[in-house]
Formats: sequence, C-alpha cells, structure tokens
Amino acid sequence: MNELALAIPWLGKRNPAAARGVVILLAFAAPLIAMLFGKTWVRILDFAMLYVMLAIGLNLVVGFAGLLDLGYIAFYAVGAYTFAFLASPHFELHLPFWLVLPLGAGCAALAGIILGLPTLRLRGDYLAIVTLGFGEIVRIFLNNLNQPINITNGPQGINMIDPLVLLGWDVSKPLKIGEEITVNSLFQYYYIFLAFVVLSVVLVQRLQVSRVGRAWAAIRDDELAAKAIGINTRNMKLLAFSLGATFGGVSGGLFAAFQGFVSPESFSLMESIAVLTMIVFGGMGNLAGVIVGALALTALPEVLRYVAIPVQQALFDKVILDPEVLRMLLLSLAMIFMMLLRPAGLIPAYSRYSRPELVVGKEVGK
Amino acid sequence: MITLLEARGITKRFGGLTALSDVSLSIRKGEVYGLIGPNGAGKTTFFNVLTGAYVPDGGELVFNGTELPTGKPHKVVEAGIARTFQNIRLFRDMTALENVMAGHHIRSRANPFSILLQTRQAREEERLITERAYELLRYVGIERFADTVSKNLSYGDQRRLEIARALATEPQLLALDEPAAGMNATETAKLRELVQTIRHDGVTVLLIEHDVKLVMGLCDRLAVLDFGKKIAEDVPAEVQKNDAVISAYLGGHGNHKAGAAA
Repeated sequence: MNELALAIPWLGKRNPAAARGVVILLAFAAPLIAMLFGKTWVRILDFAMLYVMLAIGLNLVVGFAGLLDLGYIAFYAVGAYTFAFLASPHFELHLPFWLVLPLGAGCAALAGIILGLPTLRLRGDYLAIVTLGFGEIVRIFLNNLNQPINITNGPQGINMIDPLVLLGWDVSKPLKIGEEITVNSLFQYYYIFLAFVVLSVVLVQRLQVSRVGRAWAAIRDDELAAKAIGINTRNMKLLAFSLGATFGGVSGGLFAAFQGFVSPESFSLMESIAVLTMIVFGGMGNLAGVIVGALALTALPEVLRYVAIPVQQALFDKVILDPEVLRMLLLSLAMIFMMLLRPAGLIPAYSRYSRPELVVGKEVGK
Repeated sequence: MITLLEARGITKRFGGLTALSDVSLSIRKGEVYGLIGPNGAGKTTFFNVLTGAYVPDGGELVFNGTELPTGKPHKVVEAGIARTFQNIRLFRDMTALENVMAGHHIRSRANPFSILLQTRQAREEERLITERAYELLRYVGIERFADTVSKNLSYGDQRRLEIARALATEPQLLALDEPAAGMNATETAKLRELVQTIRHDGVTVLLIEHDVKLVMGLCDRLAVLDFGKKIAEDVPAEVQKNDAVISAYLGGHGNHKAGAAA
C-alpha cells in the first residue's frame, strides 16, 4: 500500500499520507467510477482484481525467486476446475465456498510442487520451455478428459458453478441495505476480490521482508552464492513454486465462482504470457509495479474494444482493424517502448528484503 | 592442538584431467592455514570439494570428528564451514545489511507459516537477525554502508561484505578464496588486520592466496599444491626453503609464471 502511494507522481514523495489516502479512496471508489461508464466496466474491474492476484502470485515465482514460469495459468486452471468439480451440478457436488477455495488452493500448490520437482536444476530459458509445456499439458488434459470417463466435460467446460456464498450471503444476488439502496452483485464481487488482493499483498510483503524472501532473492541474484551461505535451494524453489501456485489457485477458484462457467479456453498460453507481461510492464519484483501493471494491461484491451470500433466507424465508416488485432499490436508496441524507455518497468523502485522499522541506519549513498 | 578439518586422499578428476590427486591435509583449530600454489594447481578445486560444490572422486573430509557430506553445500555450511569466492559473489540487488541478513538463513528457523502469521517468535528472530547483521557490518568496518545496495560498494568493501556474510553463518572454519586479489596495499593491510581479528575471535581460517607476502606473514602453516598434488605442508619459514616448492614456483615445470613467488 505504501509503495503504491509513493509511486503516485509528484504527490507520493511530497505528502505520503495524502497519497496513501488517495490510494485507499481509489480502491474503494473504483467500481463507482467505473459504473459511470456502464456495468460492463465494473465487470472488467472485477476481472482486473483477479489478474492482480495472479500477477502477485506469479511475481513471487518470477520476480522474487527469479524462476521464469510460462505456464503459470495452469495453476489458475487447477483452482478454477477444483472449484467447478466440487461446487456445480457436474458431479452433483455443492460443497461450501470456505471448503472448496482452500481445496483448490491446495491442489494448485501440489501442482506447483509437481512442476517444481523435475525442473529444479533448470534456469532461465530452459525452465521457461518446460513450464510452458506444463501449462499446455494441463490445458490439453482439461480439453480431452471427457472420455473414456467424463471428468472435465471437455471443450464445453463446466457450467452453472455455484456462486460465492459467504455465511449465507449470496454474493451473486443484489444486496439490499435498508429500503433504498441495493448493491449490485458486481460491486459485491469487487469488494470481496479487493479484500483478497489486500490480504495477498500483506502476506506477500511479509514473506518478502523475511528470511524466506531473502533466500529467494539470493537464489535469484546468485544461486551458487546462495548455496554457499547454506540456503537449501531445492526447498526454497519448491516453496516459491507452491506458494506462487497457491495464489493462482485461489484466484482461479474466485474466477470460477464469479464467472459461473469454466472451459479450457480460458487457460491458454496467451493468458500465461499476459500475466507475465503485466509483471514485466509494471516492474518485476516490485509489488506496487505488479499491481499497476495488472490493472493497466487488463484495462487496455477493454478500452480498445470500446473505443477502437466507434472511432474507426466515425473516421472510415467501417471497421478496418479488429480490436483483437489492435490489442496484440498495441501490447507489443507498449512492451517495446517500455523496454526502450524504462527497462525495469513502470515502477522500478528498489525492493526491500529487511523490515524498515528495524533498519535504524542512516541512508548513506544509494 | 585439536584437528578441526582433516582431508584424506581427496581426488577429483574432470574427464582426463586429474585436478586433485590424493590430497591429504589437516587444519588445526584456531590457526590460519594457507593453501598456495601456482595457477591451476587445484586450490579452488579443493575449495569447491570442501564446500560441497563438487563431489570428489575419492577420499573423505572429516570436520570436527564427523564426516562431511559431499555435494550438499547447505549441509556443509550447517556443519560450520563458510566460504567466500575468488570473484566476489554478492547478492547485487540487496543492501549490504540484507546480504549479511541472508547469511543468517541457516541459523534462523522461521518457517513460511510463522512468517505469514508474524508470530512473536518470527518477529523476535527477525529483530535479532537485523541486529546481528549490523554487528557484523561493524565488525568488518562497513557499517556506514548498511543501506547501500551491494553492487554500488567499492571493491574492497565488497570483499569485506562477503566476509561478513560468510561470518553470518556462524562458521568454525572460514575459507577465503584469494581475498586480497585486486586490492591495493592499504586495503591488503586492512584485510590482514581483519583476518587476524577473526582468528583471534576463535574462527579458524583457511586462506587461498597469491600474495605470498601476505600468506607468509599471516599463516601459521601452509600447504603447497602443484598439479593437483600436495608438495609441502609446514610452517611458512620451512616452506620457503623447500626445494620442491621453489622449483614449482620458479619454473621447474617449465611454463609457470615465476612472478607469483617473487
């Protein structure tokens, strides 16, 4: 939260308290502002929060531990499908949310370890290729496991997944407060997702400034030296994979409940790359950067979709470039410019691995 | 005197090349032990075997009366051996303080759950780690750079930081791989003081070094390696007179640079 506030241009440095206030205010008012442009935008905002969680989880693996993972979306899929299996008419199971979500997270963590074990010795490009393969394997399994026994329902996906019900509060129904106000379910989902995001940020920050966070950073910076100071690199890498996957799993479970429908299509390689792009765009290893990157890159294609078509129609009387084409084009352009202008990402601020309140030293040089 | 480390018949081959051939040596508790030899003599290979980076093809290492595991660097550190590298290997994006804090990893116990929940124990341990890291930075004399990102430190300070990080693992044996390489005279003199302080405070030091003046002045005993074999092990004064050593350094084998021993 602090890092985000400090990242606000001009205000962040001058008045951190005010900047923090702005961040909190924006976080709470975001769906109201989005509502001005229509309900769709609130929905997009909800998805953005899911992506923020994904980005936070992937950042743990890529940004902190330096393990390039191109199959991260597989954990999202595991979380989503676990939710779908256990809370939908597909298997006639309707387990409660508080049970299904942790189960999904657990399954994802297990999948993380399964991916981690054979890839421990790999780094960089080699690791990227193997993880990419893993992501595709999971997707292909989901696509084809409808025979001989129907487990995943194949390409049709699983429908009518139970919505979130927290202690009797059905999030998918409008909430009536008093006589006048009704809160749309999209709003409710937003605030629930926001709570999950805030919780994720708190947890990840705690890890970052701990012995575990330092061990990860050590492995990322110099694996040989990390071993030489006694870090069990095997365990620490597995921990990074499984914890990162846990975030993916939780996010996937929320996605399934929110969408009410999952199919293998949602978990393609492009999604993995999209999440990775968010991290790189925002600033790898930096939580604030990762959040901003995820928000920006979720919003961008949607803005395009709603702007590009009317603009083209007004100018040329017809749609020349499909927004989907434009999206890839602009995304690539954005990345190229980013790499040229700010190679470390939007918010490349330096990350801490020690607790600031304990570090009493004066700043000498930077 | 008690023997701290005993190497027995260590052999290491890389394909057809025998980098270490039946090397045996023993390091006593509390001494500064030097390992010297011309370039390519196998000093760093010995270091890598000792610290678990390489698995030897033969021989065993006995540390404090128990056999050291081979090929498991973190177990070696846990047993009480820490090392530095010939080419400095710091965690470049961390501050000096955080580098040392990372060095405490093996001596701290907080697990992911206690960290996520921020239990009292985890918080207390974190406070102790931070405090102890400051102490170590003060010990090696770079406390004022605690908050500086390590890649921005000067060369000599990076060397010191690497030693502080190694000390953070609370070793009984500190293995320094050419700590004076690339240092000027003043920096070398300071390093010498530091090594003496470390020894004085009860840590045994194993030193690989090219700077013969430093080695002769600092070490209690020396072993000399040449072509993977130990050709001498004695106090510096005796080693200096040893014929095999002189011929190894002054070109008995032909193509070695004689300058190193001059």
